Amino acid sequence: MSRITQSSRIIQVTGRAVPVPGDDIDTDRILPARYMKELTFANLGQYPFQDERFHSDGAPKRHPFNEAHYQGASMLFGNANFGCGSSREQAPQALTRWGIRAIVAESFGEIFSGNCLTLGVPVVTASQADMAALQNIARKNPGADFNLDLASMTINGGGLLVKISMPASRRKAMMEGAWDSTGLLLANADKVAGMLAARAAA
Amino acid sequence: MAKGTLYNKVWNHNRVTELPTGQTQVFIGLHLIHEVTSPQAFDMLREKGLKVAYPDRTFATVDHIVPTLSQARPFADGQAEAMLQAIERNTQEFGVKFFDFASGQQGVVHIVGPELGLTQPGMTIACGDSHTATHGAFGALAFGIGTSQVRDVLAGQCLAMDPMKVRRVEINGRLASGVTPKDVALFIIHKLGVKGGIGFVYEYAGEVFEAMSMEGRMTVCNMSVEGGARAGYCNPDATTFAYLQGRKYSPQGAAWNAAVEKWKSFVSDGDAEYDDSIRFDAADIEPRVTWGITPGQSVGISEALPNPGQYEDVGERASAELAYRHMQWTPGQKIQGIKIDVAFIGSCTNGRIEDLRAAAKIAQGRKVAPGIQAFIVPGSLPVRKQAMEEGLDKIFLAAGFSWRAPGCSMCLAINPDQLVGKQISASSSNRNFIGRQGSQTGRTLLMSPAMVAAAAITGHVTDVRSFKEKEI
Repeated sequence: MSRITQSSRIIQVTGRAVPVPGDDIDTDRILPARYMKELTFANLGQYPFQDERFHSDGAPKRHPFNEAHYQGASMLFGNANFGCGSSREQAPQALTRWGIRAIVAESFGEIFSGNCLTLGVPVVTASQADMAALQNIARKNPGADFNLDLASMTINGGGLLVKISMPASRRKAMMEGAWDSTGLLLANADKVAGMLAARAAA
Repeated sequence: MAKGTLYNKVWNHNRVTELPTGQTQVFIGLHLIHEVTSPQAFDMLREKGLKVAYPDRTFATVDHIVPTLSQARPFADGQAEAMLQAIERNTQEFGVKFFDFASGQQGVVHIVGPELGLTQPGMTIACGDSHTATHGAFGALAFGIGTSQVRDVLAGQCLAMDPMKVRRVEINGRLASGVTPKDVALFIIHKLGVKGGIGFVYEYAGEVFEAMSMEGRMTVCNMSVEGGARAGYCNPDATTFAYLQGRKYSPQGAAWNAAVEKWKSFVSDGDAEYDDSIRFDAADIEPRVTWGITPGQSVGISEALPNPGQYEDVGERASAELAYRHMQWTPGQKIQGIKIDVAFIGSCTNGRIEDLRAAAKIAQGRKVAPGIQAFIVPGSLPVRKQAMEEGLDKIFLAAGFSWRAPGCSMCLAINPDQLVGKQISASSSNRNFIGRQGSQTGRTLLMSPAMVAAAAITGHVTDVRSFKEKEI
């Protein structure tokens, strides 16, 4: 919970990356719905991609999250429409609690990317060709370190430097440590009350 | 940047201020909560020592985890029981109205809001559920949010948001007999793609939507999110106002006329500017069925399944190839005739009274094919009651359908209603994602309620237009 209440400045994320290729990887695939029956987010780090990683009898499948050399990765490289579908914050919670601190993809489901913002996880986009190149490096050299830098809006690693994008307001929220929206919004509580009073009087 | 659209007017009406980040602080007029995405938000409030700022603007019900065969307490599933107890405790402690079973109003959250008249034109509406887009049918700006945002709405009735673009989706002409709002939704998503709507709100316009009932508009708006659009809306009109008049939370008496005048002011201007617009012809839409693992992978009932090689985009091709591996079909085969195991009618997409009537017209005097598990899950207790008053339950039971109590049921299957193994379902719900209906090898074919009923009766995917509808 501490990671939600604190609002630290996030300018760089560094570390190894796990490639999760495929368009339209929905939040049901990221976190199967049955884990939403847990009353807290505490255990979700055990379950990201659970049904893509394990058969129903528990036997492992081939999946990047199962591979030893991607354990400890701090970035995820996806493709188009990553995190589409259900609004469940449990999906990014599962990824962050597994260790993911930034996600780079061609595009994102919008509720998913908004949820990542509220958790202080930068989600940034890169072109289809650049994502293919980034995934290729992470696949061939799983030990490669990457540096995602919101100041220069680049990601750098394995001999490749790629431009990344994100909405200006989200970038600012990350870089200034203003992604804990509750405090920002409550600071204007009197404006909300004033707006409602004006409506009632109209 | 769009100008003069309903989206612009509702956004401006509810804009509180600009935040230091450049985001907009948006006031949320109506907040709906359910048992699955709210308990952690209430815990965060407790941890921060916060209260619910406007408890009369949040309404709760229970839907996702509800068993549809028996609601006897405690639920057999201990986790489900704990979730229900948590929302009972949280709504009581924080002073939020809870539409529980005893209220007679419980049901799928997106069916309950409109039914009670809580959903109104010009409102901003949020709920920790992606299908909140449903409420756009009333000319509201309605979208799904995550749990930390649920916390924000509880704490201060606001969200931090960036503006969206507006795409006008216009469909003219008349839908042919047997073609329903669900087919319209699947057609739009197929044409524009599951990522086509990213960054957009969809405004649904044209003769097809003008002629559509509120139930139908809700079906189409509901599935906006499946096309990547976080929200979709129809401009409010006489159909909208007639639906709302006399409902429990609708304005009454003199306030009614004033409200209607206010609501009319949110309608998009005739010379509104859009970021994008597209037109379709109703004559090009036939009953549709999904064959793959995204709601965009659908074909008309008369069509054959596509060859993955025909997709130019590498991502779309890979998605189609994965779909074939999961679904185990062959490119080029006909969608008609694919055998099913389960038929499910219900969900926030198609669990309203009109949906049940459409299915009943097909089920009337017929029998579910041997070996098919077919069941009807009304979207809410009032829908269930109304259907029983109309005798629909008797039609379904005589045909061999199971008649259930309201809940999300097999739409997301975190309750006892789940596929087993590689079963194939004909489903009136909204998502055919891998594993969505409770089995990681299960297979989902999305279609309209009437098409599900037809599939239940023949045991395979069938063109509902080959059925003579019977009077009920």
